Amino acid sequence: MNRKGFLGDLVKYRTLLLMLLPAVLFFIVFAYIPMAGIVLAFKQFTYEGGIFGSPWNGLDNFRFFFESGQAWQVTRNTALYNIAFIVVNNLLQITMAILLFEVAHKWSRKLFQTMLFLPYFISWVVVGAIAYNLFSYDFGLINVILNTFGMEPIDIYNTAAYWPYILVIVSAWKAVGYGSIMYLAAITSIDTEMYEAAEIDGANVFQRIFRITIPNLIPTVIILVLLSIGNIFRGDFGMFYNMVGNNGLLFSNTDVIDTFVFRSLTSSNDIGMSSAAGFYQSILGFATILIANYVVRRYDKDRALF
Amino acid sequence: MSAQLTSKSPGRTGRDEKLLQILGYILLAAISLFCLVPFILVLSSSLTEESSIIKDGYQLFPSVFSLEAYKLLFEFPGQLIKAYMVTISVTVVGTVVGLFLTSMTAYALARKDFKWRNGFSFFFFFTTLFSGGLVPWYLMIVNYLQLKDTFLILVLPMLLNVFYIIVMKSFMNSIPDAITESAKIDGAGDFLIYLRLILPLTKPALATIGLFIALGYWNDWYHAMLFITNENLMPLQYYLYKMLGNMDGMRKAMVASGAVVNLQIPTESLKMAMTIVAIGPILLVYPFIQRYFVKGLTIGAVKG
Repeated sequence: MNRKGFLGDLVKYRTLLLMLLPAVLFFIVFAYIPMAGIVLAFKQFTYEGGIFGSPWNGLDNFRFFFESGQAWQVTRNTALYNIAFIVVNNLLQITMAILLFEVAHKWSRKLFQTMLFLPYFISWVVVGAIAYNLFSYDFGLINVILNTFGMEPIDIYNTAAYWPYILVIVSAWKAVGYGSIMYLAAITSIDTEMYEAAEIDGANVFQRIFRITIPNLIPTVIILVLLSIGNIFRGDFGMFYNMVGNNGLLFSNTDVIDTFVFRSLTSSNDIGMSSAAGFYQSILGFATILIANYVVRRYDKDRALF
Repeated sequence: MSAQLTSKSPGRTGRDEKLLQILGYILLAAISLFCLVPFILVLSSSLTEESSIIKDGYQLFPSVFSLEAYKLLFEFPGQLIKAYMVTISVTVVGTVVGLFLTSMTAYALARKDFKWRNGFSFFFFFTTLFSGGLVPWYLMIVNYLQLKDTFLILVLPMLLNVFYIIVMKSFMNSIPDAITESAKIDGAGDFLIYLRLILPLTKPALATIGLFIALGYWNDWYHAMLFITNENLMPLQYYLYKMLGNMDGMRKAMVASGAVVNLQIPTESLKMAMTIVAIGPILLVYPFIQRYFVKGLTIGAVKG
């Protein structure tokens, strides 16, 4: 076993390498080959040629995508929705975490946490069913309530203007428990000596929250927010697809890059344009992640992704 | 001054404390109820007489109680049972295999004497930064692997998740190296060390990651939507999705199976009953499995 060099290492680590083999194959097949497949964006796809054998067609797919007039709309929607999700979700989660820590104790903390965490466990399909139960024009609870107060029913599924609010609320609803638990974990790891010292100095509870808890949370918040900003061009497909579906009336306010790519691929079977849109999203996403990570590194080297 | 030194238990000072308690409880209760009420609404709707829904819409409490929708579901449960079986099989197979591969990969990466571990770690990690997008991935599966309408495609795509590998690896980093070293001196191979020594020591992490993987499989509808057209391979969530969007098809299937003579199907309450049947198992085990998820998030939050 004393051979030197690369071959020697291969022999030495043969078992560990074999143990890694399934995962390596998995990521080659499901991640790296599709990554190389990004060249499709510059090709005229044919079934005979496949991903790598189809003829090139330069920037035609991109021209098609940008001239469709949808490119700007889906990019704007994706970014704005994600910014709204980041702001609203984090504010709500931090508030809940602080209250769970300061106000709720033993059994009540458990009870609230259990209720808040519940939406995390259901699929977007089920959320879609719940939404239908609330928003349906004929039977939805919202219209039942409006009706009780003698007001006109509203046609939510055919009115684009309501959807930004609905989607932000739904996103917050599903993520509130998950994030509160994350932030609560960060709060409980704050040094208790600080709280004891504040107590002796006669700080009241609000001073404690604003002078100790929040300042100590800020590093965690900044990191988590920056990492979410890295994913600002990745829409949550499951959410948009199950809440909105293929309802064209709402697209102006609800179509994101992911749903657009999906539709171009499945309903119009336009492999060229959907590849171009996908390429655009991948590059945009990669650039944002690199920038966000660079900022995290400047801020706190240990918490950076790489 | 000296009176200040009597130590007080936190949460008992005075007015401001009371104010925060009151405001805090109100806010916590409001948001918690907001998370819970939709479930109650769906449950009530599924237990409401169809004609009452048609007349007055969905309500928070059934005005006319009825089990009609559930009766109908369980009277002719063919497709529902099939969907349940598919989901259960996919979840069991995916969780067992996925857990094994995740932990085995994590162990190799956690071995500090393994020269190339950083290279391999980056090889896995890079896939979370950059992706080829939906189209090449889709074509890979449909045209090259020919996995459309197979059981395999419901299991494979979610088998390994880089984030779970990282969490598992950081958990294994806390196991003393001495264990591996002394076993090596005794002549045990790497794989045996992993199987016999490391796996039993990582039980808490295995339970946590296993539950995360299982939940992902249970709730997966996306891969079925993309790749499954065969009814015998339709998992529960996707079946629910189809039902919500296509009650007419549902009706035809029921008529064809001889369930109902014609079109008197309580569609609105049926949709909600189907939803309850789809989340039932999750709600039943939720109180018992919740703490594992909390633990997992806590490990994730204070990621080493």
